[in-house]
Amino acid sequence: MNLLATMTTDLGALGERPICAVWLTLFAPLVAAALITLFTRRWKGLSAALSIGAIVLGFVLSLRLFVALAFHGQQHWPHTIQWLVVGNAVRIEFGMTTDPLAILMLLVVTGVGSAIHIYSLGYMKGDPGFSRFFACMSLFTFSMLGIVLSNNFIQIFIFWELVGLSSYLLIGYWFEKDAAAEAGKKAFLTTRVGDFGMMLGILLLWSHAGTFNFAELQAKLPGLIGAPGGHALPPATITLIGALIFCGAVGKSAQVPLHVWLPDAMEGPTPVSAFIHAATMVAAGVYILCRVSWLILPSETALTLIAWVGGITAIMAATIAIAQNDIKRILAYSTLSQLGYMVMAVGLGGPTQAMFHLTTHAFFKALLFLGAGSVIIALHHEQDIWKMGGLWKKTPITFWTFLVGTLALAGVWPLAGFYSKDEILLMAMHKSAPLFLMGAATAFLTAYYMGREVFVVFFGKPRWERPSVAQASRLRSLGEKTAATETVAPPAHEEHEPHESPWVMTLPLVFLSILSVIGGWAGAVPHFLDPQGEVMHSNLGYALLLIPIAGFFVAAKIYWRAEPSDAPVKANLGKIWTLVENKYYFDELYLWIVKYVQGTIATICEWFDRWILQRLGIGGLSVGTGLLGKTVRLLQTGNIQSYAFLFALGVTVIIYYVVVR
Amino acid sequence: MIALNHYLWVSGLLFALGIAGVIARRNALVIYMALEMNLNAANLALVAFSKYNKIVDGQVFVFFIIAIAAAEVAVGLAIIVALFRRKQTVNVDELTTMRL
Repeated sequence: MNLLATMTTDLGALGERPICAVWLTLFAPLVAAALITLFTRRWKGLSAALSIGAIVLGFVLSLRLFVALAFHGQQHWPHTIQWLVVGNAVRIEFGMTTDPLAILMLLVVTGVGSAIHIYSLGYMKGDPGFSRFFACMSLFTFSMLGIVLSNNFIQIFIFWELVGLSSYLLIGYWFEKDAAAEAGKKAFLTTRVGDFGMMLGILLLWSHAGTFNFAELQAKLPGLIGAPGGHALPPATITLIGALIFCGAVGKSAQVPLHVWLPDAMEGPTPVSAFIHAATMVAAGVYILCRVSWLILPSETALTLIAWVGGITAIMAATIAIAQNDIKRILAYSTLSQLGYMVMAVGLGGPTQAMFHLTTHAFFKALLFLGAGSVIIALHHEQDIWKMGGLWKKTPITFWTFLVGTLALAGVWPLAGFYSKDEILLMAMHKSAPLFLMGAATAFLTAYYMGREVFVVFFGKPRWERPSVAQASRLRSLGEKTAATETVAPPAHEEHEPHESPWVMTLPLVFLSILSVIGGWAGAVPHFLDPQGEVMHSNLGYALLLIPIAGFFVAAKIYWRAEPSDAPVKANLGKIWTLVENKYYFDELYLWIVKYVQGTIATICEWFDRWILQRLGIGGLSVGTGLLGKTVRLLQTGNIQSYAFLFALGVTVIIYYVVVR
Repeated sequence: MIALNHYLWVSGLLFALGIAGVIARRNALVIYMALEMNLNAANLALVAFSKYNKIVDGQVFVFFIIAIAAAEVAVGLAIIVALFRRKQTVNVDELTTMRL
């Protein structure tokens, strides 16, 4: 008891010194990851406890920081370490930002992350790589917190790449499975494409401004843009910098055209999907746009580009989602589409609104993914929605929380999604009619495909196979089906009927559904971020409520029956359905590009390498040397007399030159 | 009157004959004799210069050369004899042990 008391007071003291708390929040997960990897691999329970302890500690400290900031008005504790100094020009710091934006994101990452970590205890039970999983999760948390807290571009870029690495480790967690390994690779490489653009943007900005620090840049930028004389930055350069940094966000936040990795990332364990989709990786892209919004806002062109990329992603992903059959893939495309909203909000000049939607989305998307995971576990790793049905009685907690998540995602009053989505749509309405129409259509589709998922999964006649049959057929088709289903971990439970998950899994669901309900109330989040900004909410917002209701209504009309099927929709949409079902052939297009363009270049390079470099260059040298050697060797007869002859000849020639000439 | 040039011509001729012998002949003994001829061609030239310039240094050189040549002949002949005992020949074309 005494020990506990001391620990509590210690924690309290840490909270009093906010900078300590920030550093502890950041590094606790790293320490946990290191300890697990180095020492506690064998003790699964201890590993999980370390990992969960680290993130929960982070959550508690973040709450304290939040309270200190929101109610006592403490702000901007400057704290940086000079890390690298190269000459006079390059100064790289390792520092912390603790403005409201960072604190809010800190809360989201650690809060939602804590729920997901605890849920993983149940979901990953019995998995052989249990400790490795928690080590990777902690590393992931550390990387994401690093992005959130960074105060300069170099630091954020380092953590940015760390997020890429840890997502690679987690998506490819079941690396024995080809599809998972491939998905990890795909995610890593696709995001790298965007990261390259971001790096160029950072360097370009540095070459003009001479610093990486956000605060310094923000102070310098107005001078750079408006400076009289030769030092002014042309508007095109500002646009270019904004667009290049946006490239990084396109990769990480999976916007068109780099969105292809996100659905494939479903190969990872479900808690990982929840983590990636809700709090960490994809949020990083939107977060960085908000973090450097002062850089993007001056350029109309960059803003327009960002808004349209977001809008197109939103509507495109929503249309794809209506034709997917995998419970997690539907959610994945829904994430894409919601991210599109956030990016669109940034593009419309409202980073606050984007962050608001990011926060609420983190709550209900994590909830939905964990709910889906609970369903998957209940059905012994079945992910095809057509093999579910009638589950609402079997798994009541999962059903009700999933329903809350669905309503929140669709934006039904008074849940969180309603407020945040409304603000974005209202903003779009004021600024750009086509974007508003796209956003509204997306809202309709969101309600429609989520309605479809709920009706097919939880209602109707049970379509899951009897376990004995199911298991046999799964074993039989394991070879070709692995792409669609998760690895079959040996079920730790013997009962065969679908069953509710253990409390470690349902508790996070309940926690997240409470957040999904209250997360948007009273515009607290936008007010915290931007106390001066007016809340856009108006009565018009309630009219927008008709959109999701219409979506649910249509979905109910088609899918709320004993034997739901896609047939009527398929018949009506025809070709469009095929297009949408195949995700607009993006993967095929990229494969084609890789096959022909990259293949052709590779062939040319190979030819050049083989014939010009190898044969002509290296081979020519070696053959030439050999020939020369053979020729010279003719002189080396070993016959002393011929040497003497040549010697005499040489002497004669020299004498001739010396005497006669 | 026999001038310096005449001696030098004879010396050069002797030297050329010696070189020709060294290059052309195959018998080690004969090559050796031709080599001696080269030395003596040089001796002749030295003596001629000495007489012409009225300096005895050249003749002193010649004595040294004769003395050293004598020693060298002793060694060289011994080598040739040893060679003949081992290989039963003194034909240099057949002595190819050191060729690759």
